Amino acid sequence: MAEYEVVVVGASAGALDALQRWLPLLPATFPSAIVIVVHLLPGHASMLAELLQKNCPLQVKEADDKEPLLAGTVYCAAPNYHLLIESDGHLNYSVDDPVRGSRPSIDVLFSSAADALREKVIGVVLTGANDDGAKGLQKIVREGGRAFVQYPAEAHASAMPLAALGACPEATVVPLAQLAEVLEQVTQPAKNKHQIEKPV
Amino acid sequence: MDFENSFEEQRAQDSEFELDLLIQTIFHRYQYDFSGYSRASLKRRLIRACEIRGCASFSQLQHTILHDTPPFDSLLDIITVRVSDLFRDPHYFKAFRELVVPQLRTYPSINLWVAGCATGEEAISLAIILREEGLESRSTVYATDINANVLKQAKRGVYTFEQIKNFSENYLAAGGTHSLSDYYTTGYNAAKMNRDLLDRIVFSEHNLVSDGSFAEMQFISCRNVLIYFGVELQARAIALFEESLCRRGFLGLGSKESLQRVPQNQRFVCLDQTQKLYQKGGVVDHGRV
Repeated sequence: MAEYEVVVVGASAGALDALQRWLPLLPATFPSAIVIVVHLLPGHASMLAELLQKNCPLQVKEADDKEPLLAGTVYCAAPNYHLLIESDGHLNYSVDDPVRGSRPSIDVLFSSAADALREKVIGVVLTGANDDGAKGLQKIVREGGRAFVQYPAEAHASAMPLAALGACPEATVVPLAQLAEVLEQVTQPAKNKHQIEKPV
Repeated sequence: MDFENSFEEQRAQDSEFELDLLIQTIFHRYQYDFSGYSRASLKRRLIRACEIRGCASFSQLQHTILHDTPPFDSLLDIITVRVSDLFRDPHYFKAFRELVVPQLRTYPSINLWVAGCATGEEAISLAIILREEGLESRSTVYATDINANVLKQAKRGVYTFEQIKNFSENYLAAGGTHSLSDYYTTGYNAAKMNRDLLDRIVFSEHNLVSDGSFAEMQFISCRNVLIYFGVELQARAIALFEESLCRRGFLGLGSKESLQRVPQNQRFVCLDQTQKLYQKGGVVDHGRV
């Protein structure tokens, strides 16, 4: 079993460009599932999965309700639904009210992931013009998972990475160009992992 | 007190244990069984309930349920209420009009069931389509929900102006042939759906977790309800729908729901992959009308 079962990713303003800059760099053998929440306009069919599939060696798809998480697959949340992770490792949608204006909400995904899979979760907060994801990232770390935040100065909108760092100072700041490599190292089985140590 | 933080400071595994006890207590006290619901969503709802009731933990909420026995209504609202719009996801109603209505015409009397109708928007939307398609006089729309409070609200058929504006756009996108304003009257900053339309709808309490079939249906619509159920409960609900549907009857689900993960999958044919319209036994009976 992989050390980390899932990488949950949140992005808002500037999300598409930011995601397209590191997803294609992941190896086809990436050992964890990846679940992405991007703030999208409700009422529009989302092309996000199709756009991200371009040049990405992993399968990218819009998540289905009750779908099991598979290693090496990238799941995108559908617009106008919250996406949550259940403790038996499957995905789950809800139409509960938007959380502080957002549905899907990054905090809802992150906090359900931390509840369900605890220390087997990696949270990543990318570019965005609000503070969604900050609380959720904090919760991931509290449950023993790991947190990464895009280097705020290079983000299209720095508010979200800055808010995440404010709420979760334990998070590691990573430039996008290195994110794929860092995630690859962190998710390696323990015997190969010597470059990046888990913070105590 | 910051309730969200008080929950966050608790270790996840402890609150999971308390959540189990709370779900058991609700069943013990009020006979509503939420054990088969999707846990992550249910947990969020119950954290909200704690917040509203001023309880810092699931155990405290459990305590008030056991010892103060407050009326269950408000808790049921927090756990189950969903908001909707008239003609929410207009393309679903367009597909219903184009794919299902022509076949409904072949029946002498038509029963439709909106399972989990909440405040009635979808049932009213269907009633409007039936009227515009000339099927109203031989149709009955059954609209059921687990929650009696929302049914009361649904029966009143009153919506705010803000809602109605959005509804009108949906109505036109759904292929409406009149103007939505033909179906309501306004006053006191609100719109009230016409009584003759509301009278076509039979509102009734029904729990998909525990209740059975009550009439033979030509069309069942159950959207954004099954996502709140675990897989076993989904299978139970689909079995109930299958049993209730007439031969070659129709089933409509929410845009992120499907029959993919339930055992009845093989006995339904998908008519519209995007709008999630299914027909019972469609292929098996092919050619033997």
